Amino acid sequence: MIDRNFLIASLSGVLFLMFPIKAGAQDAQAVARGQYLARAADCVACHTNPADNRAFAGGYALQTPFGKLLTSNITQDIETGIGGWTEAEFSRAVREGIGRQGQHLYPAMPYPSYTKLTDADVHDLWLYMKTITPVKNRVVSNQLPFPFNIRAALIVWNLWNFRSGRYVDDTSKSKAWNRGAYLAEGLEHCNSCHTPKNLLGGDKSSQAYRGASLQGWYAPDITNSHTLGIGSWHKDDLKTYLKTGSVGPYVASGPMGEAIENSTQYLRDGDLEAIATYFSDIKGQEASLPASLPASDPRMHQGKAVYEMACAACHRSDGRGVSTMITGFPANRAILAPVKDSILHTILAGGRGAMTHENPTGAAMPSFSWSLSDEQIAAAATYIRNSWGNNASAVTPEEVKAMRRTLQFRQVGPVPDDWSLSGESKPDLSAHPAMHP
Amino acid sequence: MTRKRPKADVVIVGLGWCGSLAAEELTRAGLDVVAIERGPWVEPAIDFAPGVDTDELRWDTRRSMLLPPAIETTTVRNTRFQKALPIRDWSINEWGYNAGGSGTHWAAMAWRFTPFDFQPYSMTVSRYGAKQLAEGLIVQDWGVTYDELEPYYDRFEKIAGISGKAGVLNGQIMQGGNPFEGSRSSEYPLPPLKTTHLTDLFSEASNALGYHPFMVPAGNTSEAYTNPLGIRMAPCTYCGYCLYYGCGNWSKSSPNACIFPALVQRSNFTVLTDSAVLKATLAPDGKTATGVIFCDKKGDQWEQPADIVIFSAFQMQNVRLLLLSGIGKPYDPAKREGVVGRAYCFQTVSGANLFFQDKKFNHFAGAGALSAQIDDFNGDNFDHSGLGFIGGAGILVVSRGSRPIGNADFLEPNTPRWGAAWKKAYKDAFQNATGIFGQGTSYSHDEAYLDLDPEYTDQYGQPLLRMTFEYNTNDRRSAQFIEDKSVEIGRKMGAKTVIGTNSAASSFTPYNFASDHTIGGAVMGTDPRTSVLNRYQQVWDVHNVFVLGASSFPNNAGYNPTGTIGALALWTARAIIDQYLKNPAPLVKA
Repeated sequence: MIDRNFLIASLSGVLFLMFPIKAGAQDAQAVARGQYLARAADCVACHTNPADNRAFAGGYALQTPFGKLLTSNITQDIETGIGGWTEAEFSRAVREGIGRQGQHLYPAMPYPSYTKLTDADVHDLWLYMKTITPVKNRVVSNQLPFPFNIRAALIVWNLWNFRSGRYVDDTSKSKAWNRGAYLAEGLEHCNSCHTPKNLLGGDKSSQAYRGASLQGWYAPDITNSHTLGIGSWHKDDLKTYLKTGSVGPYVASGPMGEAIENSTQYLRDGDLEAIATYFSDIKGQEASLPASLPASDPRMHQGKAVYEMACAACHRSDGRGVSTMITGFPANRAILAPVKDSILHTILAGGRGAMTHENPTGAAMPSFSWSLSDEQIAAAATYIRNSWGNNASAVTPEEVKAMRRTLQFRQVGPVPDDWSLSGESKPDLSAHPAMHP
Repeated sequence: MTRKRPKADVVIVGLGWCGSLAAEELTRAGLDVVAIERGPWVEPAIDFAPGVDTDELRWDTRRSMLLPPAIETTTVRNTRFQKALPIRDWSINEWGYNAGGSGTHWAAMAWRFTPFDFQPYSMTVSRYGAKQLAEGLIVQDWGVTYDELEPYYDRFEKIAGISGKAGVLNGQIMQGGNPFEGSRSSEYPLPPLKTTHLTDLFSEASNALGYHPFMVPAGNTSEAYTNPLGIRMAPCTYCGYCLYYGCGNWSKSSPNACIFPALVQRSNFTVLTDSAVLKATLAPDGKTATGVIFCDKKGDQWEQPADIVIFSAFQMQNVRLLLLSGIGKPYDPAKREGVVGRAYCFQTVSGANLFFQDKKFNHFAGAGALSAQIDDFNGDNFDHSGLGFIGGAGILVVSRGSRPIGNADFLEPNTPRWGAAWKKAYKDAFQNATGIFGQGTSYSHDEAYLDLDPEYTDQYGQPLLRMTFEYNTNDRRSAQFIEDKSVEIGRKMGAKTVIGTNSAASSFTPYNFASDHTIGGAVMGTDPRTSVLNRYQQVWDVHNVFVLGASSFPNNAGYNPTGTIGALALWTARAIIDQYLKNPAPLVKA
């Protein structure tokens, strides 16, 4: 017998996941609720290795600032998964970050968020996990170098960064606000990416949701700041974005694209509205933005030339792209963010829009790492950030070089006077985030 | 040893336009569909990224996206008394070799055939009498009418995001469209593409001659678009790299851009790529098929059982699969009996090459279907009394891109083909040379047919398909008529030199590929003695086998076939869902 999903994945390169459900009728509703919660918590994203695409079988390498961690197998396999666990052990791992043998889990597992989950939700989640087909896959999670490989150190980390406890309603806020907070802070663990981290990798709670760098991306400010965050978004915009993967000029890609594909597109409208209500109330900081670079600036001059030859075919001469398909640049806060990781990552590695049920397009951008020099990429990014009414700091070739190193891309060889595509090698599609397996 | 896969509701052989459109309908109706595609999976922005795709040598000169003749080809001869030889070089057999099929590399002219094209026999006899039909010509009605197909044309145009202007909308003639077209129920989903200097010049000249020019309906998006499946398309940039190329801008309609993003999200859809189907398997009584046998990339042989088998490979491949599977009675030209392989036809192309002076056509700005056409001499749009033929051609000019390599010998006669004089002449011709193209109708003949070659085989040891074809009297007369009209228009456009061209003036050769629209061989119709398929493209003899594609056309129209292929695929898919599933049996009584 051949597994159909495996065939799809291996023969066609199409990533496809399936959630088999086998449960008694009395549990069916609880299991369905559990599946909803598992999607909201986006368990599958980290606990599936895109190289083999076996859902929940683990082995996906998480790159942390401290080294590499492999995600665990959470299928029902008794030997290598969680098939032999009790519900209490499961609950302790999810909400307290303590493994079956009493060992501390690394907080790459977002237990500092999941600790807010209600008992009822953890129970439903457990019932759902019991329906996952066992897959034998032994994973040694801890791949960290010394001293981070010492799990006991996490006792200290937890003392500093972890507060165990269920979510408690803020009675001064609406029901929707509290539901949004429960989802955002608990299940969806938005803070894991969007909240700046302290030296130990814990959340800087005073700067919640003000944007942070991770894995070569910048998870942007999603507070209600008009200058840095999403304060200028219409109330329905965030809901549409999380449901479909795009809204107007904003097209999700990279890790957020995956979060939408795997998780938020499945949320009910009421839950999406609750999340939007919550984030519209998250206070941000306003910033005074730098003045636009003048068009006469040599970097703008070079950037315009590169833009017109390499970017304008899709993003259009007016920078507006194609609504809900190709990113538009004017007033796009993600493009104008003070940290430039995402724009540079995408230019160098390429990217792909989220593919959702409501917007399945998944338009992709090719990698330019092989054809444009650091200077050309810096100029194009600077031009994009300072044209069509935009104003943001210039991008330097050094910043491009640093991102190139992060992504392990080669430098482009000698660049001719005219900018024409003179790459020495084919695009490295293996680095394409959407190209697995 | 043949290994067996789990049974599917439907197996689809070939994932081009037909296979993808059918798969979209059938999976949406809840059926478990397995598509088997010979080529690899390809995606627009990954495999055809705009920055690397515009490579004429790779895609056009070397035809890198097509099925190489070394993998599958046909043999060819002009008469059944000759020995056929295999086609070993690029030819009129331009078959797709990737998921998306030929729908990935097509130019994207997205036509509807005229009402006449579906009923050429009854309409000719009623207008002119049977004497209008030349001896031995095969002219027969399709069993489906334009009016029946109209909603399916409409659906195809909306899925593909076609740019154009209606000429007849709900029976009313509209300014700017084709006044000869069958009546449409709605406007095109997108407005026509922008015109070029060449299309303007053609339109002015043909207008002055009293003809009715219009912009060709194009699968190149004039504006951003969202199709009924929720898939977005981006506006065409007129880069001029369409025919033989993939489009990385989501601007050219293709299964890859317009259907796959929705299809791959469905858990009841499976695609097996890099796998060649060898034949269908039949139940012991021969009245139904049980599935197909295919070979994967490693050479391992598999059986894919299914309740319904759909052949949606290229036209020639569909005919060959029927013959290899023993489905339907092969055509015997000596006895004029049998149906599989019968009614094969091609396309009759004639026109005029034009050389101007002091023009700046700027051919580099173009799109695959960016064209102006007149239909005054197409189908039965004009009085054929006394002309001695039926049919005609759409007469058009094409702003499709400059092809600097491919057009290097598109020069006036007696120009050197090398050295300084050639360079000077080509530099001049680059902005001044163009052509008028008469894309003609074609009707088969008793002596034009397809069968299995007795000698040559493919890598799996199976016989190649053999084509026996020569232009017939009807072809030659209509081609000459269209050549004359093209020369007339060319002169009116002000060309300094006008040279008539006519591919039907000499013997047929597959290496003169003015068209690659090979047609028929497994045609639909009203009578099992003269057709393989009934009006739903269902095999008369084996009711759970459906055959989609231009192999179903009993005759070719003076247009590109894809729009009609798409409409028929949707028509058949709906017939399967609405009628066949409730009662799996022949949908038409023989």
